[in-house]
Amino acid sequence: MRIRDLDEKARSARQKAAAYGPDIDLDSYTVESPSHEVIDDLDRLSDSDKERMLLAGIESDTGERSGSYIQKDGVPVYTASLQEGLEVIPIREALEKFDWLADYYWKLIDVDTDKYTARARLDLHNGYLIRALPGARITFPAQACMYLEKDGFSQNVHNIIIAEEGSELHVITGCATAAHVSGGIHVGISEFYVKKNAKLSFTMIHHWAEDVLVRPRSAGIVEEGGLFLNNYICMKPVKSLQTYPRTSLVGRGAVARFYSLLVGSPGGELDVGGGIDLKAEETRAEIISRAISNGGNILARGDLVGEVPGARGHLECRGLILNHGMIHAIPELVGKVDGVEMSHEAAVGKIAQEEIFYLMSRGLTEEEATATIVRGFLSVDIPDLPAPLQKEIDRAVDLSREDML
Amino acid sequence: MLVIEDLQVMMGDKELLKHIDLEIRPGETHILFGPNGSGKTSLIMTIMGYPQYRVTAGKIYFKGEDITSLPIDERARLGIGMSYQRPPSIKGLKTRHLVDICAGDGVDTDALAERINMNNFLDRDINVGFSGGEIKRSELLQLMAQKPDLLLFDEPESGVDLENIALIGTTINELLERDHTPTRDKTVKEIKKARSRMGLVITHTGFILDYVTADRGEVLYDGVLACKSNPIEIFKQIKTVGYEECVRCGFAT
Repeated sequence: MRIRDLDEKARSARQKAAAYGPDIDLDSYTVESPSHEVIDDLDRLSDSDKERMLLAGIESDTGERSGSYIQKDGVPVYTASLQEGLEVIPIREALEKFDWLADYYWKLIDVDTDKYTARARLDLHNGYLIRALPGARITFPAQACMYLEKDGFSQNVHNIIIAEEGSELHVITGCATAAHVSGGIHVGISEFYVKKNAKLSFTMIHHWAEDVLVRPRSAGIVEEGGLFLNNYICMKPVKSLQTYPRTSLVGRGAVARFYSLLVGSPGGELDVGGGIDLKAEETRAEIISRAISNGGNILARGDLVGEVPGARGHLECRGLILNHGMIHAIPELVGKVDGVEMSHEAAVGKIAQEEIFYLMSRGLTEEEATATIVRGFLSVDIPDLPAPLQKEIDRAVDLSREDML
Repeated sequence: MLVIEDLQVMMGDKELLKHIDLEIRPGETHILFGPNGSGKTSLIMTIMGYPQYRVTAGKIYFKGEDITSLPIDERARLGIGMSYQRPPSIKGLKTRHLVDICAGDGVDTDALAERINMNNFLDRDINVGFSGGEIKRSELLQLMAQKPDLLLFDEPESGVDLENIALIGTTINELLERDHTPTRDKTVKEIKKARSRMGLVITHTGFILDYVTADRGEVLYDGVLACKSNPIEIFKQIKTVGYEECVRCGFAT
């Protein structure tokens, strides 16, 4: 009955345009997935697949990973959890296996939000449940990869990530396309649950192709004493990306921090936001974005809503226009009661010439100086992030530098 | 050797430097005096190669090469280095990384930083939130790594507290190879003879003269360079009669 209701709701939103981002004709992308062989060892991926996945932070050598989920087009081809206390399961299987999962599925996001949520509901391929059991300290990151191999495919996934009470979980998710793919769409629902005193870091590295459209729909909830760290890195060309993850801090002392590093390439449209609702005492929120336009258009949105006294938040949007293009920073703060403390800083500009000259006087060429400044602009210290994940972020940033200059 | 011949420099339509002649031989350090706005910074920025300082006439030679129209980085690679009065801050660029850039190849950055009391700043973004004295020490640290043959100092003592002025002064003295203390195998004469570093130091307060020995002094007034003489003597004169005397001497015409 409930299921039928949800489906009905989704159907009513099939043509509903999203609040932000260019509208997409979903009918021109097929939901018929080709079949893919399920593998029992990541080493059996082709070298070319491995290489593409590595660019998005996915290691085929899983020595430093606690678990893996690899989905090609619509098919989960590899699933593994290598550490006790960690569950990595394809979402369809998990929904059948766990009755309780119904309390987490479509609970933070409405199915009729727009045509993309509707598609993820009605034409779901798969996705994953990644869960750290209560008290489990999953020290190595779990990795998940959404891979597009079929041209013109609409990949529709739903992910649920749960850090149970007192647990620690780090997830790196890489999205990438096979080398030959030029176009396709990725629709991804992600629901994050950070329980009491749990710690979750979620680092997403996107490595799409030039004609790929991306519509993630994410939401999270953080309970008392929980920490949610959400990093989003998109340095490679993509045709259109629109996302606006929203997180609620509902328990005392809950903390959420969003970091995004974006590069907009010629012809690309990036509309990336982040919203955090501070609903409990002593909650803290931080949204930090660095955007570089290398000829593309970037909208960097941020929204903090303080609903209780003593809630504190800070928003920082910095944009650098390198080679034309546009950056539109839209930081928003809403304080609903006395005693909230929220601030923002936004700046859009170009590289200051005196900085280039300064480095040239230390022996760097103009190009080297520019690259060094850009690298600095993109280097954000993310507290609480394990070193291997910081390394992946640094690698993604370093790779992008060559494209920009 | 640095040779400047009849140099004229403009910024926009303003004439900044007029018919400057200057020669700094290997091993020599010069002190450049002058009131605010007289063109001291313009002169060293022009030597460094900042393009907004437009050379309209004259030549600059360094190590026998005409560098008048060389870009900044090529001058740096030829061996010219500068300690800035107000360098820009660059977010995300760690001081450590910049020191490595200056060194070009392997350098023990921590050991170098220790000498100028900058260890705690190596992992901070360059110049971001640095105090006046910290900026000056950071500049010196970069020059210690860069090891240029010609060092240009733009008011290295400005904004520095008394506690650090001695450290900065003695470090500059070392950078310029001004220390004459004889060793077991070298006499003072030999040490002086082996000295090859060249220096041009802008000072406003003259404090630096307590630490740095110099061979010559020059006064720049309204874009004209004159009064080439003993630096201590010039400084004494300025202290007693001020720059007004420069006007009376008639070189500022």
